[in-house]
Amino acid sequence: MEAVAKKKYNPVKEVTKGIIKENPVLCLVLGTCPTLAVTTAASNAIGMGIAATIVLICSNAVISLLRNVIPDKVRIPAYITIIATFVTLVQMVVKAYAPAIDKSLGIYLPLIVVNCIILGRAEMYASKNPVVPSILDGLGMGIGFTATLLLMGSIREILGNGTWFGMDLPGQIQIIIFLLPPGGFFVFGMLIALASKLSGKKPPKATGCAGCPLSGSCSMMKAEGGESACANCTADDTPEKGGAEA
Amino acid sequence: MIEVKALVAVFLAAILTENYVLNKFLGICPFLGVSKKVNTALGMSAAVTFVMVIATAVTYPIYMNLLLPTGLDYLQTIVFILVIAGLVQLVETILKKYIPSLYNSLGIYLPLITTNCAVLGVTMLVIEKSSESFGYVEALVNSFGAGIGFLVAMVMFAGVRQRLESCDIPKSIQGLPITLVAASLVSLSFLGFSGLVENMLG
Repeated sequence: MEAVAKKKYNPVKEVTKGIIKENPVLCLVLGTCPTLAVTTAASNAIGMGIAATIVLICSNAVISLLRNVIPDKVRIPAYITIIATFVTLVQMVVKAYAPAIDKSLGIYLPLIVVNCIILGRAEMYASKNPVVPSILDGLGMGIGFTATLLLMGSIREILGNGTWFGMDLPGQIQIIIFLLPPGGFFVFGMLIALASKLSGKKPPKATGCAGCPLSGSCSMMKAEGGESACANCTADDTPEKGGAEA
Repeated sequence: MIEVKALVAVFLAAILTENYVLNKFLGICPFLGVSKKVNTALGMSAAVTFVMVIATAVTYPIYMNLLLPTGLDYLQTIVFILVIAGLVQLVETILKKYIPSLYNSLGIYLPLITTNCAVLGVTMLVIEKSSESFGYVEALVNSFGAGIGFLVAMVMFAGVRQRLESCDIPKSIQGLPITLVAASLVSLSFLGFSGLVENMLG
């Protein structure tokens, strides 16, 4: 633990890695549910992104502070409780000051609790690193998440509704399918393809293990000779290593 | 009885028109991650259905009888996720002790389910709908339907994925991108069900 704590870190890098190199949505493929669900309009996407970023920063900070206090065996329930507390706070603030956003995000706002990005960063990063880098990591991941949501929200709103942030655009095209669920899947797939084309990496095979809070118990199960519960969770296929080889 | 007809409508709607995976984007991670093998898809969705029904059976009375009268309904998120996490643990322990055969087939999926957003989503949507028409029985039927809908989507998609394995796919969309495009087409086919339930039973 001390070796990790003493390791020099570059604050700028901690933030920017989440935006491009380790973009949580397009590279690590975490948090797919909200990405697909709320990106029917650019304003929803921004609202969701900011809410998740705030939760991410706060929970990373608290979990990092408590990293030597929380016993290893009950860490997941402890993380979930901490995250749920912040989600509830954010939910109350949004309800009070931005009721329109609260209405359009609906159930997906409380569902930030089970967003794999947040649990994933808690497990992968905040539980092993000091407070300041953890906060920066949360900030970077949050910005990466928000930027991706905004991009997807913009594409879907412009193509599907002919507007951007509610403003009419010239030459209105309204391809309704982009606002419907199939359009969400399609745009997401194309964005992942584009991201891997630009970065020169192979597209990810499936959703990421890096954020899977159960990757620990998964490998334990495998060590005991059992079969892993998720098909993509084979030891040689974790995004961590995938990133290194590319 | 009119009751039965309404329940059938709720059940079918949860499977076809309001499919949790393809229409509400809940439980996408297992949908994309697990569904390559039909057997795994079946086991996973059986476990999800099981937990969904039990979770609704417990959280609905807690919300209605405990949180709402005491004005603590803003604690919904935190209470629900903890109840679900506790329940999953409890179910796992009970199955392990008393029904080992069931545990062997479902057990490995149980820990994954705590963080499955579909389970938390169902319990919350049911509460949201309780203001319209949902009583306790409708809520249970809805969660059972949601689980079956999850199963239908998973198994169907497992078939599609198996076909994809033998296809010659352009390099840049191999892997997840083509999977998502396939999911898009499956979801498109489910759009065809819209209006079906209302017209058939309404």
